Amino acid sequence: MIKLKINGQEQSWDGDPDLPLIWLLRDEIGLTGTKFGCGQALCGSCTVIVDKEAVRSCITSVKDVAGREVTTIEGLHPTGDHAVQKAWRQANVPQCGFCQAGQIMQAAALLMDNPKPSHDQIREAMSGNICRCGCYQRIENAVHLASTGV
Amino acid sequence: MNFIQNPGKLRGFEKSISIEKITRRNILKGLSAAGGFVLAAPVMSRQAFAYQTGAGAMPHGIVLDPRVFVAIAPDGIVTIVAHRSEMGTGVRTSLPLVVAEEMDADWSKVRVQQAHGDEVRYGNQDTDGSRSTRHYLVPMRQIGAAARTMLEQAAARRWGVPAAEVKAVNHEIVHGASGRKLGFGELASDAARESVPGMEGLKLKEAKDFRYLGKGQVGIVDLHDITTGAARYGADVRLPGMKYAVIARPPVTGGKLVSFDPDAALKVPGVEKVMQARGWPWPSKFQPLGGVAVIARNTGAAIKGRDALKLVWDDGANGKYDSVAYRKELEEVARKPGLVVRKEGDADSALKNADKVVVGEYYLPHLAHVSMEPPVAVADVKGDKCEIWAPVQSPGGTREDVAKTLGIPEGNVTVNVTLLGGGFGRKSKCDFALEAALLSKEIGAPVKVQWTREDDVRHDFLHTVSVERIEAGLDKSGKVIAWRHRSVAPSIASTFAAGAVHQAPFELGMGLIDMPFEIANISCENPEAAAHARIGWFRSVSNVPRAFAVQSMVAEIAQATGRDPKDMLLELIGSPRIVNLSSVKDPWNYGEPYDSYPIDTARLRKVVELVAEKGEWGRAVPKGHGLGIAVHRSFVSYVATIVEVAVDDKGKLTVPRVDTAIDCGTYVNPERIQSQIEGAAIMGLSLAKYGEISFKDGKVQQKNFDDFPVVRIDESPQVTNVYIVPPGPDTPPSGVGEPGVPPFAPALINAIFAATGKRIRSLPIGKQLEA
Ligand code: FES
Ligand code: FES
Repeated sequence: MIKLKINGQEQSWDGDPDLPLIWLLRDEIGLTGTKFGCGQALCGSCTVIVDKEAVRSCITSVKDVAGREVTTIEGLHPTGDHAVQKAWRQANVPQCGFCQAGQIMQAAALLMDNPKPSHDQIREAMSGNICRCGCYQRIENAVHLASTGV
Repeated sequence: MNFIQNPGKLRGFEKSISIEKITRRNILKGLSAAGGFVLAAPVMSRQAFAYQTGAGAMPHGIVLDPRVFVAIAPDGIVTIVAHRSEMGTGVRTSLPLVVAEEMDADWSKVRVQQAHGDEVRYGNQDTDGSRSTRHYLVPMRQIGAAARTMLEQAAARRWGVPAAEVKAVNHEIVHGASGRKLGFGELASDAARESVPGMEGLKLKEAKDFRYLGKGQVGIVDLHDITTGAARYGADVRLPGMKYAVIARPPVTGGKLVSFDPDAALKVPGVEKVMQARGWPWPSKFQPLGGVAVIARNTGAAIKGRDALKLVWDDGANGKYDSVAYRKELEEVARKPGLVVRKEGDADSALKNADKVVVGEYYLPHLAHVSMEPPVAVADVKGDKCEIWAPVQSPGGTREDVAKTLGIPEGNVTVNVTLLGGGFGRKSKCDFALEAALLSKEIGAPVKVQWTREDDVRHDFLHTVSVERIEAGLDKSGKVIAWRHRSVAPSIASTFAAGAVHQAPFELGMGLIDMPFEIANISCENPEAAAHARIGWFRSVSNVPRAFAVQSMVAEIAQATGRDPKDMLLELIGSPRIVNLSSVKDPWNYGEPYDSYPIDTARLRKVVELVAEKGEWGRAVPKGHGLGIAVHRSFVSYVATIVEVAVDDKGKLTVPRVDTAIDCGTYVNPERIQSQIEGAAIMGLSLAKYGEISFKDGKVQQKNFDDFPVVRIDESPQVTNVYIVPPGPDTPPSGVGEPGVPPFAPALINAIFAATGKRIRSLPIGKQLEA
C-alpha cells in the first residue's frame, strides 16, 4: 500500500506501484485536470507539482511519490485565483486549452523558485511545455504579469 | 413542423418561411435545462444582406429555428446553443455572442450549451473549412433579432404602447417615454405567446449600436474552467463501470492482423481482457484500422499490457511504401505534362519563346496533426442504443457513422461533443469514436479508447505529400508572360475510394487553379499520384504546399530580375480586378458563390500593402537577418505575412518578428482572430522547421514529439503583430482558423534567402542551413 498526499488529501494505492502517477490521478481518483499529451516527458501537459517541484506525472511512478505531497491544477488554489491563473485569464492565453493546466503548473513552479524571472528565464523554464495551438506569446506575457502581481 | 433548410431549398431562401408557435412541451423537448421562453421563429429575408454563402449546400444545410438555439428562463438567464465544435478558435463563444448581440442581452447573463450531434435539428455541424462564422453570422443575427423583437412586442402589449416605442437595452425592454422597464426573464413567458415577427417587421441592429460584435472585449466562455482544470475534454469523461482501452493497430496502412499472443499482456496488473478489434480494409473512409485491444482498469495498465503483446501482422500492398523513393516518383511525374485543370492562352509556346524561364520545384512531405489531445472517445452501448462522448469536429457525421457501423438507427445514437484539445482536421474523422463504440458493444460496458501520442503519429490521416513545380517565362523586360504549375500529390479522395489518382476540385481549388496573378498564358496541371497511406485534411490542406511554392516562386522571379520581392508580388497580382476563372471547369471556391466571394485582387493587394506598411517592409535589419513576404487567399480570406528571420553562423534560425495582415471580411471577435493568427505563425514555423512524416517499409518512421518536433516557446517568434483589415459595410465574413498558416512558410523561406542567399525548396528546413 502506497500512501501519498494529493491536494492536501491522504490517498492510498495498492495496485501496480510502477503505475505512472498521471493514471492514478486521472483514472483512479478522477482528477482529470492533469492532461495526457505524450507519455514520454516531451510535452508538459501532465505537469504537477510534487513538494515544490514541477514534475511530469506521465513518467513518474506512484511509488516514487510515496509519502510526498502532490499538487494538481485542481489544488493549485481553492477558487482558481492563484496569481498565475488570474494572469492567464487577464492575458486571454488559451486557445483549445488542453495544454494549459500543464503550462500553469509549470509557471507556478517557476515563480516559486524565481519570483521575477527574466524574458529568457521564462522562455527556458517553459520550454518543456508544448502548446500546439501556439499560445506562446501570451504564455510569456502571462508569466510576466503573474510575476509582477495582477 | 421544423424550419429546416435543406440544401436544395436554401437558395430560394429569399422569402420568409412559415411561422410556428410552440408549446411548453416543445420547450421541454428543446432546452429543458433552461426552461421558460423559447422562441419559435421565422426566418428573415436574406435580401437584407448583400451576399450569399454556401451554407445551404452543406449536409443538412442551415436550420434557422431559434427554438432550437435560444431559451430564456424566468430568472433572465439566456441559454444559447453552440452547435459547432470548440477546438480553440473560440467559436463556442463567438456564435452565441452574435445571438446575444442582436438580442441586446447582457453577456454575463448568457449561458452557452453545447449541442450534441444532430444535424436534422441544428443544421450542419462540421466544424471545418474555416466556415463557422462565414456560414452562421447572418443566421445567428436573425435568430437573435427575432428573439429581441418578440420580447419588445410582449413588453409593448403589457404597457399598452406601440411596439415602436420600446426597445431592448441590456437585458431589459425599456419604454423611453415613461421610463418603464421589464427584464428579459419577466417577459419570457409573454414573449413566448407573441406572434413571431415576419421579415418586414424584423430589424437588425445597426453596426454603430454593437456592444460585442467586432469589439474583442469578451473572453471565451471556457476561460475560467480551462485555468482551473475543470474544462472537460474527451479524455475527461468518466462513467461508472467504465473500462480503459488502448489498441495495437496494423503498422502499415491496409495491413492485417495475422496472430497475437495475449498471455504476457494478461499478466500485467490491471489488465482485464485482450481481444481482437474489428478493422476495415483500406480505403474505407473513417472506419477503424482494427488490431488488438487491451482492456484494463486504467489507461496506464492498458498501455503496459499492449507493450507486452506479441503481434504478427501482414503488411499488405503498402508494405513497400518508402518516402525517399516516392519523392523521386513525384518529381519525375511533375516534369511531364499532366491533366490540365486551368488553361489560359498558350503557356507551352510562351515558355518556349520566353527570354528567360525561372523554374522551381518544391517539396513538402506528409505532416501529422499532433493536436495536443490525442484522439480519444468514450462509448456506452446498451442494446441497440449507443451514447458517445468525444472531441469530434463532425458531430453529425460521427452520429451517422456510429449508427452505420453498429447497424442501429441514427436516432439511437447520441453524440455528446466535449471540448476538443485541438483538432486541425484530425478530429473530422471519427475512427476513434467508432473504435470505442465497437469495443463497448463487445464487452457490454462503457469504454474509453485512448490513443497514445505514438498511435496518433503512426496512424494519422496525414497531410498529403507533394511536389509543386512551377515554370515562369519572362520576356526581355522581365515581365512574366507564362506560368505553368504542376501539382502532384495523393488526394484525400484516396481515403474514400480506391484508385483515386487525381486531386479533387476542393484540393485543386486551394492555391492551384485559383492562382490570382495577371499573366497572359497560364497552365495548371495535375499529374497522377497514388496514395499509400491514409490522407486527410490538415489545417489549410493543399494551401500549405501551394502557397509555399507560388510565393517562393515570386521571390525567385524577383531575384532573377533584380527587383524587390514586395514590388514583384504586387506586379504579379496586377490590376485591382475580379479574377476570371471561367476557364476552370469546377473552381470550387471553398463552396461559396463566386459573386459573393470572388477572388478580388484589390483585397489581395490591400493586405500586402498593409503588412508592408505596418510591418515596415524594407527596414534595415542587422547582419544575418532577413525579411521575407508572402500573401495567399484561402478559405475566401486574404492574408499577407512578413517574417524577419535571423540565421547565426551555425545555421540556427530564430524569428525576431512576424507581421500579418488579414482581411476576413466582417468579423465577430478580433481578439480571437489575433490568437488564431499568432497560432498560425507557430504552426507555420513548426512545419517549416521540422514537419516531416516519412515512411520506410510502409511504416511511419516517427513516433512522438522527439522525432516529430513542434515549435516550443524558446524558439517561438519574439513578437507576432496582427493587423485586421476593417470590413466594408457589406463585406461577407470569411475564414480565420486556417488562412493564417499558408503564407507563413514561404515568408520565412524568403526571409532566409534574404538573410543567407540560400534558397530552400524542400521542407522541412531541418539541417539545410547548417551546411
Ligand atoms: S504527457 Fe507527460 S510530458 Fe507529455
Ligand atoms: S491551447 Fe491548445 S495546445 Fe495549448
